[in-house]
Amino acid sequence: MAPTSWDVALSAVLFSMGVLGVLIRRNPLVIFMSIELMLNAANLALVAFGQRHGTAEGQALVFFVLCVAAAEVAVGLAIIVAIFRFRPRLSVDELRLMRW
Amino acid sequence: MSVAAFVILAALVVGSAAGVLLKRNPIHAALFLVTNLASVAGLYLTLGAEFLAAAQIIVYAGAIAVLFVFAIMVLIPGKEETGPDPLRRQRVMAVPLVGVFLIMVMLALRAAVARGPATPAAVPGGVIALGRLLFTDYLFPFEVTSLLLLVAIVGVIALTKRGVESE
Repeated sequence: MAPTSWDVALSAVLFSMGVLGVLIRRNPLVIFMSIELMLNAANLALVAFGQRHGTAEGQALVFFVLCVAAAEVAVGLAIIVAIFRFRPRLSVDELRLMRW
Repeated sequence: MSVAAFVILAALVVGSAAGVLLKRNPIHAALFLVTNLASVAGLYLTLGAEFLAAAQIIVYAGAIAVLFVFAIMVLIPGKEETGPDPLRRQRVMAVPLVGVFLIMVMLALRAAVARGPATPAAVPGGVIALGRLLFTDYLFPFEVTSLLLLVAIVGVIALTKRGVESE
């Protein structure tokens, strides 16, 4: 049986890769996918800790995270499509309207 | 057996996440994202969370991946991220900073794991325990999620319609 601490460590690695994706990519869609990676890492940690403590509460939390993620993806992609549909480049550096 | 399953799934998770980060074509990134989500579902199975594994496949690898592909199809023609990167130096700095971040998270998690029980306890009854929890202690949040999804549906329709009219 693989110890649950391995899953926790894997979730830390996955979360860091998501952070890296948000920081280094320019495409808003890929940045959004990296946010999904981070949500998944948090879910994995929740399930692993719940398993370790012998309760199903971690799984219940993950269920709610899944629902919120579904709503978030729908709204977020709609915003991205609305912003970038008529712009020449698909890059977050385009969004400099509020920059001083 | 279980260790081998973990190692294979972990390699899939990390490799596909690297694919999401490195692929220039967002369609390829979306396919790697699906691989990643499916491998995480496999990890849920090894952790004894069968319901979440199924929900992960249906919600993430099914619905969310399709949404991503739709958005890519709407947005992408002729607008990939190309040309010189104006913020290249800042983005190179991100790699060591994320390394420091990873070390910090690992230390915090190690402390949290050490504070927990030494041997993992058995989860009572898998799906049954989860269903009982969702419909007793978490009944109110469970019902609120339906409202949340309704708000998301209405919001998305409003957003996309307004985008068409004003521009």
